[in-house]
Amino acid sequence: MKRILVGIKRVVDYNVRIRLKPDGSGIVTDGVKMSINPFDEIALEEALRLRERGAAEEVIVVSIGTADAQQQLRTALAMGADRAVLVETPASGGADNQLEPLAAAGVLLKLVEREQPMLVILGKQAIDDDNSQTGQILAALWDRPQATFASKVELSGEVAKVTREVDAGLETLEVDLPAVITTDLRLNEPRYVKLPDIMKAKKKPLEVLPVASLGVPLERKTKVVRFEPPPQRQKGVMVKDAAELVAALHAKGLV
Amino acid sequence: MSSILIIAEHDGTHLNPATAKCVTCAAALSGVPITIAVLAADPTGVAQQAAALAGVSKVLTVANAANEHPMAAVLAPQIAAIAKDFSLVLGPATTFGKDLMPRVAALLGAPQISEIMAIESATRFRRPVYASNAIVTVEVAEGTKIVGTVRAASFTAATTGGSATLEAATPAVTLPTHTRFVAVSAASSDRPDLQTARRVVSGGRALGSAEGFKLMFALADKLGAAVGASRAAVDAGYASNELQVGQTGKIIAPELYVAIGISGAIQHLTGIKDARTIVAINKDAEAPIFEVADYGLVGDLFEIVPQIEKLLG
Repeated sequence: MKRILVGIKRVVDYNVRIRLKPDGSGIVTDGVKMSINPFDEIALEEALRLRERGAAEEVIVVSIGTADAQQQLRTALAMGADRAVLVETPASGGADNQLEPLAAAGVLLKLVEREQPMLVILGKQAIDDDNSQTGQILAALWDRPQATFASKVELSGEVAKVTREVDAGLETLEVDLPAVITTDLRLNEPRYVKLPDIMKAKKKPLEVLPVASLGVPLERKTKVVRFEPPPQRQKGVMVKDAAELVAALHAKGLV
Repeated sequence: MSSILIIAEHDGTHLNPATAKCVTCAAALSGVPITIAVLAADPTGVAQQAAALAGVSKVLTVANAANEHPMAAVLAPQIAAIAKDFSLVLGPATTFGKDLMPRVAALLGAPQISEIMAIESATRFRRPVYASNAIVTVEVAEGTKIVGTVRAASFTAATTGGSATLEAATPAVTLPTHTRFVAVSAASSDRPDLQTARRVVSGGRALGSAEGFKLMFALADKLGAAVGASRAAVDAGYASNELQVGQTGKIIAPELYVAIGISGAIQHLTGIKDARTIVAINKDAEAPIFEVADYGLVGDLFEIVPQIEKLLG
């Protein structure tokens, strides 16, 4: 069967203004709205569109996280994924609870070996740790192509043509399948979930695998020792018109 | 920490200034020799530019026709082969480095520290998380081999005047053919590069149309500035994607940033936090951009921008 594997991460919602814990050990997540990482939502939408176009037959959504991540997997099923897998990590607070990208990619590789997808689509980065690593690492461990920061994906036969958002503009790569694609913002606009779909999603299969059962080394090689607020910029002065502005910039030698 | 390898970013002819910023980042570990690797179809010219950077002791060149267009799947195995003896392998946190370095890290089995803002010691690094709304200090155990990407906005470029030795390397690896370059559509421009420009003029949704956005180009040309845009302006189709400044676009640190018709969403502010001077022009006096602007001007941009142009002569 032609399968697409999509990875999603449960993160603090895009619209939440994060707060640091006073002791610098992390950020406050109690009572904070959690959502699917926005780039992962785009990844799922792309997989669903490919299935709807007939280019794939099954969309499997995977998350690595605590039992709470089942909420985000149910949302993904409501969006249209066929089945879900939660690779469950032990619940405990702290910044170091999350798997490092190398371990997360190792976990995804185990699922890739089991499911044999033609394509793995992930978000280009998670908006919590902002690492932007997992897709590239998975592609390397799997020894398959990667097409990161995708803004357009076209499949034909055993090949994907992917347009990527790069600093210079847009780059197009051709990659043999199977491959890993990571999504940029403008790839698509994810659909809204409708109420009947939420009801239907409750009946879709959601498998839970304890992370320890996969035999992937999970020991962290990096340790976050402190969270700090970023340095704040000071509010400057208001000028009354263009002349005063240009004069001020002249005085500082900026124009 | 025994030695640092920096992967050069270039276009076949010119060394990207982000590479010189990696050198400054690496130089925080004083006394540790810095090597730059240039992988290209013909690395000669770029290698000479890399060798001229102050603080660099050696430039390794890898010549291979397969390296004409940088593709992570092709470059990573070559880099992993030459990186074996280095303790820290750095690349810029540009789309080039973000794509490539994790693949290198995976092949080396090393952890990657993304978007390094500061190297505090051989085992301690600082980097932003949560769209730069928090800064974390990350530690690794003594002797851990590390890969990192360097946040360009946090460093000035290393000066020239160095004279590193050049050495050709021929990593014995089989390169994959599963990834093929098709094309790159670079918006060719005589304006300075957005990522490295000293001055940037940036427009937002208030420009109203692609036609209206041309006002930004006119003002930028007057100032010798690069042009940027907010995500709203890019999404609305007023400006092309490579102009986007912010969390998911480019993070920049010019001496002068002029934000015009940009309200200042947190994701945009993330991209300009390190700008030396920020000027904001907006008709909404309550716009959050004024909270971070050094100079704010409330008014109609379609009146003000032509006035500024005139005043600049």
